[in-house]
Amino acid sequence: MKKGTFTRVLTYIKNSIGLLLVTLILALAIVAMTLYLPILIGDAIDLCVEGNVKIDTIVDILIKCGITVALTAILQWIMSILNNNITFRIVRDIRRDAIRKIQRLPLSYIDSHQTGETVNRVISDVDQFSDGLLMGFTQFFTGIITIIGTLAFLIVIDWRIALFVFALTPLSLFVAKFIAQHTHDFFLVQSKTKAEQTAFINETVSEQKVSIAFSHGDENLEKFDEINDRLAKCSLKATFYSSLTNPSTRVVNNLVYFGVALLGGFFCIGINPSMTVGNLAVCLRYANQYTKPFNEISGVITELQNALACASRIFEMLDAKEIEPDKDDAADPEEINGNVTFENVHFSYTPEKKLIENFNFAAKHGQRIAIVGPTGCGKTTLINLLMRFYNPTDGKIMIDGICTRDLKRVTLRKNFGMVLQDTWLREGTIRDNITMGKPDATDEEVVAAAKAAHAHSFIKNLPNGYDTYIGEDGGALSAGQKQLLCITRIMLCLPPMLILDEATSSIDTRTEMRIQNAFATLMKGRTSFIVAHRLSTIREADVILVMRDGNIVEQGTHDELLAKGGFYSELWNAQFVN
Amino acid sequence: MKRILHYLSKYKVVSFLAPLFKMLEATFELLVPIVVMDLVDIGIKNGDKGYIISRALILVLFCALGFGFAVTAQFFSAKAAVGVAKDLRRDMYEKTQKFNHADLDRAGISNILTRMTGDVNQVQTGVNMTLRLLMRSPIVVFGAVICAFLIDVKCALIFAVAVPLLLIAVFAIILVTIPLFKNVQKKLERVLRSARQNLTGARVIRAFCAEDEEINDFDKENNELFDMQKFTSRISVLLNPLTYLIINFAIIALIYTGAIRIESGIITQGALLALYDYMSQILIELVKFANFIVTITKAMASANRIDEFFKEGTPMKTIADKRDENAPFIVFDNVSFAYPSGGNVLENISFTANRGETIGIIGGTGSGKSSLVSLIPRFYEVSGGTVKVDGLDVRAYDGDSLKERIGVVPQRAVLFAGSIRDNMKWGKNNATDEEILDAIKTAQGGDIVSAKGSLDAPVTEGGKNFSGGQRQRLTIARALVRKPEILILDDSASALDYATDAKLRMAIRGLENPPTTFIVSQRTASVMHADKIIVLDDGKAVGIGTHDELLESCPIYKEIYDSQFKGGEGK
Repeated sequence: MKKGTFTRVLTYIKNSIGLLLVTLILALAIVAMTLYLPILIGDAIDLCVEGNVKIDTIVDILIKCGITVALTAILQWIMSILNNNITFRIVRDIRRDAIRKIQRLPLSYIDSHQTGETVNRVISDVDQFSDGLLMGFTQFFTGIITIIGTLAFLIVIDWRIALFVFALTPLSLFVAKFIAQHTHDFFLVQSKTKAEQTAFINETVSEQKVSIAFSHGDENLEKFDEINDRLAKCSLKATFYSSLTNPSTRVVNNLVYFGVALLGGFFCIGINPSMTVGNLAVCLRYANQYTKPFNEISGVITELQNALACASRIFEMLDAKEIEPDKDDAADPEEINGNVTFENVHFSYTPEKKLIENFNFAAKHGQRIAIVGPTGCGKTTLINLLMRFYNPTDGKIMIDGICTRDLKRVTLRKNFGMVLQDTWLREGTIRDNITMGKPDATDEEVVAAAKAAHAHSFIKNLPNGYDTYIGEDGGALSAGQKQLLCITRIMLCLPPMLILDEATSSIDTRTEMRIQNAFATLMKGRTSFIVAHRLSTIREADVILVMRDGNIVEQGTHDELLAKGGFYSELWNAQFVN
Repeated sequence: MKRILHYLSKYKVVSFLAPLFKMLEATFELLVPIVVMDLVDIGIKNGDKGYIISRALILVLFCALGFGFAVTAQFFSAKAAVGVAKDLRRDMYEKTQKFNHADLDRAGISNILTRMTGDVNQVQTGVNMTLRLLMRSPIVVFGAVICAFLIDVKCALIFAVAVPLLLIAVFAIILVTIPLFKNVQKKLERVLRSARQNLTGARVIRAFCAEDEEINDFDKENNELFDMQKFTSRISVLLNPLTYLIINFAIIALIYTGAIRIESGIITQGALLALYDYMSQILIELVKFANFIVTITKAMASANRIDEFFKEGTPMKTIADKRDENAPFIVFDNVSFAYPSGGNVLENISFTANRGETIGIIGGTGSGKSSLVSLIPRFYEVSGGTVKVDGLDVRAYDGDSLKERIGVVPQRAVLFAGSIRDNMKWGKNNATDEEILDAIKTAQGGDIVSAKGSLDAPVTEGGKNFSGGQRQRLTIARALVRKPEILILDDSASALDYATDAKLRMAIRGLENPPTTFIVSQRTASVMHADKIIVLDDGKAVGIGTHDELLESCPIYKEIYDSQFKGGEGK
């Protein structure tokens, strides 16, 4: 899994391989120059011996220093920009692929994954992944080069000091690791307790109106205090222990530094010292620089692990099974009449729970089919099958004698008009929303459709008419107005088959009448499947499909079904029970 | 800001000691280069091994002391920061528990959650970092400059130029990039919205074959984000190279000046080494300080939001009123109501209800049905007229004494994590199992308990392990457990089929002391048998009476009835 993730990351990096090579070379150059600078300065300091200052040579060296510094700064800037660009590009490319993937994911994936979670993968996970990657580029690589480079330079200056520094390295690593291990456990407890508290706040505050009704505030506060105290305790531990990292590594740093000072001091003594004061200055500087990358790298490793975890979540989505593509020879008939047949259709969302079994049914052109049943009986399942959001597990659904699997998806869906009870509007103008199914519609067509759907009058009264901008939640539009907009969308395309989901309630009587009229206009001459709640709709239907617990238990006309005295008549009569 | 200081005052001692110990730590760090200077100028120059060892031991001592001070300071500042966060969270939660309905509508859950988690965390980090760095960084930077002046005034002048330059560079970049990062954040949110829209609207988008347009829209936002990120990073990554440049040019100037001063015999080689060390210390500290500034700006913004949060909430006052013994049980006298956000929701509503009666309330969405019943337990304040319960103005009841007499079943059927029994005890703290089972039976939920095993059956957050209908019946039972005098069913039978709905109404009427029941509904079938039906249209009572009276006198009632029962005479 880990390895798979890593190679997937590489495929995204591949596009930027040229840039990446450039930044790697830049990093090498920068590290070399950063390490070279203390040597130059050490040389200069060596020339500053009291009574024997060689000012000309010093100026020469200092000019070299200036050039090195300026060059390092510029290269650093360029490298950072390039690194950033590489990660931003990777992020953009992953998101680009993700949005395309979303369009090809089967509805079963979208239905079974929480929206927030999937969005999280596309946004936060990708961001965290890129942050980790960026840190990896900039700190991991330069860190390692710095360590190697420092040791190499130290060996050149004085192998004894190099040996000393090298011998103390494990100590620094050990301290960092020791602290990291312990804080990790504390952080785990802390984040668990935090999550518990957040869940508690979320639950009690979002349902606080219930709490108020039952005067439950004191009990809530008591429980909150208990969690809050626990959180404070483990939070103190986590915060304190993690804040030990800096002072502790600093102690190790200082010990190395002092050791170098002591050793170097000895080497500098005598008539024929094996080391100069300038060299000592260089060694001291190196000793200071040397431990820093170690601390950084241990941080980077956790960051990279985190980044890989994020990446694997992203790729899990990107690798999810897609809808089967249209067949190469998929049918694309010019005109569709709207004869819909179900032949031995079986369907279930999960193999353990069988829903529709051996369903046979034929709807002829222009018929009205009402789907009725108690709440939660699976009426939307039929919509899912008709629109081919889901495929039947067995059997066939035919449109004008062609199996829907052999039809192009676009053809199938263009010929169905769908108005769901959960109206969904996209962020954009009213016009954008109406023309979703027909982007090239003229203004006249749009207005005509709105008039036919009884939506024109309220749209006209909006602040900017058809150009009023609405958010995903429809902004200030009422539920009824949103539904009228959705009807207008269909009115513009006028497909031969319709799927209408009647609103259960929540719409005022006037708007309701308008919707009824709009539905009636739409249904004329079209094969219509209506998830019906309204008795009048049900009575006027050509065929009624009665659903219960996900299965279709009865079919027939109103009178036939009443006469039969089955589940339908039970439902019907229940409404008049005193 | 003031509020945070107030919270900090509870941790006065530790929040005073933490910076103090940090200062001590910094002082010892500042002394190191001076000791090294002596080591070079005296120890190395004279070849005095003993002196060198003694200096090295002093350094180790400093290091140990510094470590001790640092650890103490970290502990104190962590204690203060965690304490402030804990107290803040507690007081904020207590505050939310005092919110009334109007306050909750205004604040919004996601807002409250981010205030209590994200913002409090941000403040905790801010307090922690401030206690640690606010004193330390200036002491190290200015201490280094002062030490430089002590060593040699002329060389120190270079410090006097370099430090302000560094400060300007660091702050200029921070100031320029903060708004840029905000813009990037905003753009990122747009990308997020676009991605979410593609998931929530998947069915509609596919139904209209609009996938490609959605992809194009997303790509546009995504590319814009990419461009903005590139632009912003070009400036923000200047920080490191620029500070590196300034410090190292200062070092070059320092060595040049130092060389001349050494030649004139004013300073020693060791002194130059010490100055060089100080310059490096300043750079490291300033980078830390720059990060600290970013943290602190975030923390301040959070502190301000928390401050705003504490200003939310308008407590309800109790007024004096004399009980009218002869009044009907419930009286609405010319009641008007408007949500604080504006617009009258109810206008001049007057009606009465006697003990044990059933009152039906019907009307379209937004007609004010739920608002009307929410005035009885005083969830909201009337904006005109009076609501009386048992002869006393609802505003005259103390604390929870009114709510205790009322059982409310809200529109959304929500249970809480725990067991079925825990949930039922919300209605009555000391309810016996028998009382609970009775209430569940009345609510037509007997089968739920047998299906789930017992009253100990677990309930997950929100009651998600129960079906909508099961949840609804349990929330009705929860209200019945307290044997309320008034029962409010706010459209709470919508998930029940007609037969169960009818059985439920019959069971409630059959109780020993039947409560005065308010049934809010969109379905005529649910209210047609009520003693009194109130028909609301756009906040006005357009009809009050029995089913038969209203069919005659109220066109809107007839319209609603017909739309649901057209041709329904076949009963």
